[in-house]
Amino acid sequence: MNKHASDLKPEKIVGGVATDQRHESAHKHVSGTAVYIDDIPEPAGTLHGCLGLSTVAHGRIRAMDLSAVRAAPGVVAVLTAADVPGENDISPTGRHDEPILTDELVQFFGQPVFCVIAETRDQARRATLKAEMTYEELSFTVDIGALDPLNDKLVTPPLTLKRGEAGEAIRQSPHRIKGRMRVGGQDHFYLEGHIAMAIPGEDGDVAVHSSTQHPSEVQHMVSHALGVPSHAVTVEVRRMGGGFGGKETQSNLFAALAAIAARKLGRAVKIRPDRDDDMKATGKRHDFLISYEAGFDDDGAVQGVDFTFAARCGYSSDLSGPVTDRALFHCDNTYFWPAVRAQSAPLYTNTVSNTAFRGFGGPQGMVGAERVIEEVAFALGKDPLEIRKRNFYSTTTRNVTPYHQTVEDNIIERLVSELEADAEYWRRRRTIQAFNANSRVVKRGLALTPVKFGISFTATHYNQAGALVHVYTDGSVHLNHGGTEMGQGLYLKVAQVVAEEFQIDLSNVKVTATSTGKVPNTSATAASSGSDLNGMAAQNAAQQIKARLVDFAAEKFSVPADQVVFLPNRVRVGNQEFTFADFVRQAYMARVQLSAAGFYKTPKIHWDRDKGQGRPFYYFAYGAACSEVSIDTLTGEYVVERVDVLHDAGRSLNRAIDLGQIEGGFVQGMGWLTTEELWWDERGRLRTHAPSTYKIPLASDRPKIFNVKLAEWPENAEPSIHRSKAVGEPPFPLAISVLHALSDAVASVADHRIFPDLDAPATPERVLMAVERLKRKAKSLA
Amino acid sequence: MPAIRQHLRFILNGEDVSLSDVAPDATLLDFLRIKRSLKGTKEGCAEGDCGACTVLVGRLGRDGLVYESVNACIRFVGSLDATHVVTVEHLRGANGALHPVQQAMVDCHGSQCGFCTPGFVMSLYALWMRHARPSLAAIEEALQGNLCRCTGYEAIIRAAQAIASYGEAGNDPLVVERAAITERLRVWRDGARIDCGGRLIVPASVDDLAAIFAENPKATLVAGSTDVGLWVTKYMRPIEPAVFIGALDEMKRVETHDGVLRIGAGVTYSDARKILGEKIPELGKLIARIGGEQVRNMGTLGGNIANGSPIGDMPPPLIALDARVLLRKGSERRELPLEDFFLAYGKQDRQPGEFVEAIHVPLPAPGTRLAVHKVTKRRDEDITATLGAFAFRLDTENRVAAIRIACGGMAGTPKRALGVEQALLGQRWCEDAVLAAMERYADDFTPLSDMRASAEYRMLAARNLLMRVYLESVSGKAPVTIARDVAA
Repeated sequence: MNKHASDLKPEKIVGGVATDQRHESAHKHVSGTAVYIDDIPEPAGTLHGCLGLSTVAHGRIRAMDLSAVRAAPGVVAVLTAADVPGENDISPTGRHDEPILTDELVQFFGQPVFCVIAETRDQARRATLKAEMTYEELSFTVDIGALDPLNDKLVTPPLTLKRGEAGEAIRQSPHRIKGRMRVGGQDHFYLEGHIAMAIPGEDGDVAVHSSTQHPSEVQHMVSHALGVPSHAVTVEVRRMGGGFGGKETQSNLFAALAAIAARKLGRAVKIRPDRDDDMKATGKRHDFLISYEAGFDDDGAVQGVDFTFAARCGYSSDLSGPVTDRALFHCDNTYFWPAVRAQSAPLYTNTVSNTAFRGFGGPQGMVGAERVIEEVAFALGKDPLEIRKRNFYSTTTRNVTPYHQTVEDNIIERLVSELEADAEYWRRRRTIQAFNANSRVVKRGLALTPVKFGISFTATHYNQAGALVHVYTDGSVHLNHGGTEMGQGLYLKVAQVVAEEFQIDLSNVKVTATSTGKVPNTSATAASSGSDLNGMAAQNAAQQIKARLVDFAAEKFSVPADQVVFLPNRVRVGNQEFTFADFVRQAYMARVQLSAAGFYKTPKIHWDRDKGQGRPFYYFAYGAACSEVSIDTLTGEYVVERVDVLHDAGRSLNRAIDLGQIEGGFVQGMGWLTTEELWWDERGRLRTHAPSTYKIPLASDRPKIFNVKLAEWPENAEPSIHRSKAVGEPPFPLAISVLHALSDAVASVADHRIFPDLDAPATPERVLMAVERLKRKAKSLA
Repeated sequence: MPAIRQHLRFILNGEDVSLSDVAPDATLLDFLRIKRSLKGTKEGCAEGDCGACTVLVGRLGRDGLVYESVNACIRFVGSLDATHVVTVEHLRGANGALHPVQQAMVDCHGSQCGFCTPGFVMSLYALWMRHARPSLAAIEEALQGNLCRCTGYEAIIRAAQAIASYGEAGNDPLVVERAAITERLRVWRDGARIDCGGRLIVPASVDDLAAIFAENPKATLVAGSTDVGLWVTKYMRPIEPAVFIGALDEMKRVETHDGVLRIGAGVTYSDARKILGEKIPELGKLIARIGGEQVRNMGTLGGNIANGSPIGDMPPPLIALDARVLLRKGSERRELPLEDFFLAYGKQDRQPGEFVEAIHVPLPAPGTRLAVHKVTKRRDEDITATLGAFAFRLDTENRVAAIRIACGGMAGTPKRALGVEQALLGQRWCEDAVLAAMERYADDFTPLSDMRASAEYRMLAARNLLMRVYLESVSGKAPVTIARDVAA
């Protein structure tokens, strides 16, 4: 070390906001020392659980013979619905439609019926196979294709958004289109599957380690299931191996069962389903059938739109209400619909209850909007980008959404024009036309699609957060907040906020495991809100402590408060300077409270669902992507040749982390729209329940050229945490550009005269079938 | 009879392990996590697809001690005798410093949730030991068996490209200690049969295997365990007594006699790829699309044939090449055309106690063209929807003088397209003839619909592959297939 250097007073702290920091656990990730729940040393005598799943899609249990299960080696207990001491329900919205273990009625293939608890996980798994079940099978519905969105059974009340008279506007338009599109679901495929470990305590208390994005909800569900007050249950999670929405409500099942067994048996119980059970028994992204009708003028300006978003929700409501609502909230994407009606149909099916997944219905809504744009462009023989731009929201007029919120922060025009230039859209458009004209088998396609994503929970009360900050007398800081870490870098970003606030190096701030015992009544780490909410709450806590420190110093040193200044790793009081540690030690000696609970609630937002009006979103995040693909018209196989992204994260808290969110979100979105296909057989059994059959993108599927940029200039128009923007979900729908590029390539086989009508996921099979369809139609037209 | 040893021994990171009481279906992953509390290696799928459990296994092979990435989740402990198992815990230096692979991943932001990360680190470690500065294509190939759901891979690729700037493989402990480890493993290969309670047997030689299997025809033969591993982890099927044959040197030989390639049944895909890739490049390219690197390091050609799957990828091209399979029972051997080995779905012409010892592949005669096309939902590490293998020869008048076409995924077994062949044989090799022959697929095959593809798609794609083969043979300037031709 250079001695002089260490004496220099730093001009900036290490690791403040708006600096690129590596993930706080990166060094542990790479060396295998980051502790996930299955890595926590088990208490002596820990038992292991395995779910017994139903083997019919719909039916009544007539007989359940578990004697062989109970007699199997190592089995300690077999839980059924009768063993639930409290409420046998884990419906997150209180609709009482989701039993932990079903007692009589089976509503999907793979529904949990019993749970084996054994000395080892292997014994529990083996014993489960010995159950003898007899069902009276009932007729079932897996697909929503044949259902009537208006009259068939729904799992939760639908929503209609309405502005102007869409029907009338469509009728009076010079041109009209009408169509229907299928958008598939998606499994989360977090690499760490679900897991919970419950440890019984005194007074009937239980501590639960749960891989969950929503510890408070797990706490409530466990307490209801046990019939004990919330104070008897503590839920903790240090990190998850991925969540993506799949651990927002779906962790409840495993936590509740582990807790029930732990209480009953007085021993620690761990439940870690294998990948297959995890994929069969937990919910996924909703698939949708989007019906649309639109009227437009000669220039492609849409006059009126009517959408129906019918969703496969599965057998219970779970989060299907807010998910289908959010689909409607995004049926405009970046477009002003002068007259619009959009209704949802959250349909009941005999499938696992679908749930949150990054974007939460929003991407499906945008797929609908982009589909309308694409078909309008085809109808007029114009480039889709031209139609997109023609319909963009304006800034002072044409700026009201279908839910009557005024878009106040619109930057889409500038983003798209910058990307259009960077990606050389028009030059490449011409190159591709020339290529396709001379290539018989391989065809190329190009598309540039925009994104506008609304930030806030649409359930307004969720938009609050708490944090707990302790400053110790050595100047080190313990930080805790209600958000959970699933890889997105939340712990790091919030720590950066606190380091910035105290002006101390990031290494002095330790973020500790999320626990319901430290910060209560938290919201799910979801809706991209993690750093917006928890960052503000942590900042608030730090500011409370700072205010006390300033008061103390002003009084002790008899200086005005504005002469107490927090400089990098030190504090200046009048003419004196102290190290931060020295300063807080003095404050401690003067009996200043060095701990604070911070709180934040998002201002301005409100939403009246009955009226379909309000301001559900605090602000919007924007982005745009331009994708180029090649398809093989003999097999439908394709390659993503190049992707350019320009994304808005406001004034980014950490560009390195945000870039990772954008790249990762894009590839995950691409998987959703391309190779990830959920497939049920004739018995209503999901057959794609492991990576051998369910294909998420590999390294060799990512775009061959992948240029991702954060826009340098935007800042959040609202005073969010350091004017940054949420970045978890908004990049995901950038991948819609890949779907449209594929469609564009398909269209080239009929000279762009016939609409490809390409559904998602656009597997090689769907691409080839679309190519064949277009070739046939072109031939019949010729 | 050979000497019998009742325990197996291997090196785990820096420590010798000797085990006598080991279940035949004990997986390496459970051994590491449960028995040894080495929690850095993760379970993501328990079927060898996600790579979260990737570890290295060093074995003495043709080229001395080689370290290969494998899936610990489907690798049985019983297969580890005289190997060096290296887990992520072994990478950090004595002073706690991160390994170059780890440091590159940290600095390039290659981890987000971190759960897949140890597996990626191990795959990249194996790659870095082979190639200090790998091409992009080599990196993508080395990572075909590792799934990441967070990063979109871009940051991991950047890390892979940066490793060389953090350190040279020459200084790596595994390289520095190579001679010492080699010597220890060599001594351990004592030529004994391993027999743990009659439930877990490692034969001393192929003759020993033949004797053991003839005596215990109900035993499960385990070579690479990329299939048998799933019987255990997914279906919990009993496999004992299990006979581990993956380490038999004689089964790993590849020889050429009189224009016939004799490939031992125990040759792994990775080894086959190097050898076959030189002699028959089309097969090398196909093997690069079977499983991920870890599966290719474990799975064997013999296993791919013996398990009789209708979607195994090696049988169709081998049938197109008129390969023969060598079966052995006790001291008796018989040979039959590979296409005759597959009788019906799940049924092969193999007697109890009989095993596949080798495959005989006639090297294509000069002038013979071979084309193999595999169609999948996802390009890499995916199971075939349909696969077409075409071996044909044109005469001087551009007529089809000889042709053999075999398909995968189109029937209950790998199967020849006899009607299509007939339609083409003797015909002029032109588009009209190809179009006419494409109609004959419907006579030869009635494919099924399942989660991988519909019957309609399988039929359409299979037919179109013939057109692809034709267009490639007359190729002009425009490409006939898409390629992921990432910069080398």
